[in-house]
Amino acid sequence: MPWIDACALVDIEEEDLVRLDHEGRTYAVYRISGEEVYCTDGLCTHERVHLADGLVIDHTIECPKHNGQFDVRTGTAIRSPACEALSTYPARVADGRVHVEIP
Amino acid sequence: MRLITFPMERDYSLTGPERQNAFDKGLAGADWYRTPVDRKVLKSLMKRTDWPATRDIAIWVVVLVGSGAGGILLWGSWWALPFFFVYGVFYASAADSRWHECGHGTAFKTRWKNDAVHEFASFLLMRNSVVWRWSHARHHTDTIIVGRDPEIAGMRPPQLIVLCLNLFGIVAVPQSLAALARNAAGILPLDEADLIPESERVKAIRVGRIHIAIYVLVALVSLWTWSLLPLMIIGLPRAYGIWLLLVMGLPQHLGLAEDVLDYRINSRTVLMNPILRFIYWNMNYHIEHHMYPMVPYHALPKLREAVKHDLPAPNPSLWNAWSEIIPCVLRQLRDPHHFIRPQLPEGAGVWEPVRSIKTA
Repeated sequence: MPWIDACALVDIEEEDLVRLDHEGRTYAVYRISGEEVYCTDGLCTHERVHLADGLVIDHTIECPKHNGQFDVRTGTAIRSPACEALSTYPARVADGRVHVEIP
Repeated sequence: MRLITFPMERDYSLTGPERQNAFDKGLAGADWYRTPVDRKVLKSLMKRTDWPATRDIAIWVVVLVGSGAGGILLWGSWWALPFFFVYGVFYASAADSRWHECGHGTAFKTRWKNDAVHEFASFLLMRNSVVWRWSHARHHTDTIIVGRDPEIAGMRPPQLIVLCLNLFGIVAVPQSLAALARNAAGILPLDEADLIPESERVKAIRVGRIHIAIYVLVALVSLWTWSLLPLMIIGLPRAYGIWLLLVMGLPQHLGLAEDVLDYRINSRTVLMNPILRFIYWNMNYHIEHHMYPMVPYHALPKLREAVKHDLPAPNPSLWNAWSEIIPCVLRQLRDPHHFIRPQLPEGAGVWEPVRSIKTA
């Protein structure tokens, strides 16, 4: 899979995320602190709500609609109504830009 | 005048024809209008903290213990009545808002505290915590979408006698106990099975068994002691204390539109005094809550300030809200298509189904 230039690191606040649309799919790109970044699918596995409007606490993303929660490092669902894990994708920072490896 | 009407003109079940209609019309799992709020402001509003809920739960428990103890000590005298009046309201009406907020997982920052209060309040309300968590998630996905939302209280035409009887749980309590007993027997009816995934059903059955076991135990103690007192403390308050919840809570959606994708049109914000807002944990800001359900109850007044320019004028009091609701539901008895259309302010936003932050 190719590495995609998602955004500048400074475009994402610490403990926050942005939405990334690419090739007809939507992703969520997270910055926890410093250059610690992650990428997952952008829609909650429960009701396909965009996670980009949700809240990041530590390494957890909370779905903005029902508070289904996922670990952004592994995609694991950790609170119902989210039961199914999110897909995760490699993410890295280079030259102040966030790159993600997505289909 | 018909005060009770059966059958419903529309099928409000989750497994009837309206379910497919909702999908066909694009109303199920749809994008909803939300008044835009700056991301930084929203993040600050969504921020979690344990303190307000810890304080409010402590007050709630003190009132419950104090009024319950007063009722027990004065049992057999008329002086027990005011204590049970307070105990019932805080047991049932206040438990609903605690159940609600902790079910959303927003009241506390600490997850186990949300879960513990959610389980406790669910028990007080005779609600299966698993079933109702999924039910309420659906309510937020498909708010007042017929065939999808399991929590539509104001069906059309309205069942006024049932609504009135439920001020004291006369229909709802037997229904709730029957639902718990079904779950305890390992049965999930079709409507519940439609909501709950396979992986969660074992939990729902376990919760049903725990609740039923406790209620049977309390009933046996009441029989053994030949006293109503144990049931006055556990169980019956769900009946005699729920009236205030209905007075505060039915206006959330009653008399407003069905099958729209705009909370400003199907939900109602009612201004209330601080005592009612404590009991109700600010759920009177109901349009705001539906737009941004991850904003904790204690931040809803601030959220209202951020979005009110885009919302209909709130009802200034419960009295005012019921003054518009009662004529509406009475008219719905003969005209089920009638509903109240809130007036949006000039320049209010319009629904756009797709919003994008960035396209690579």
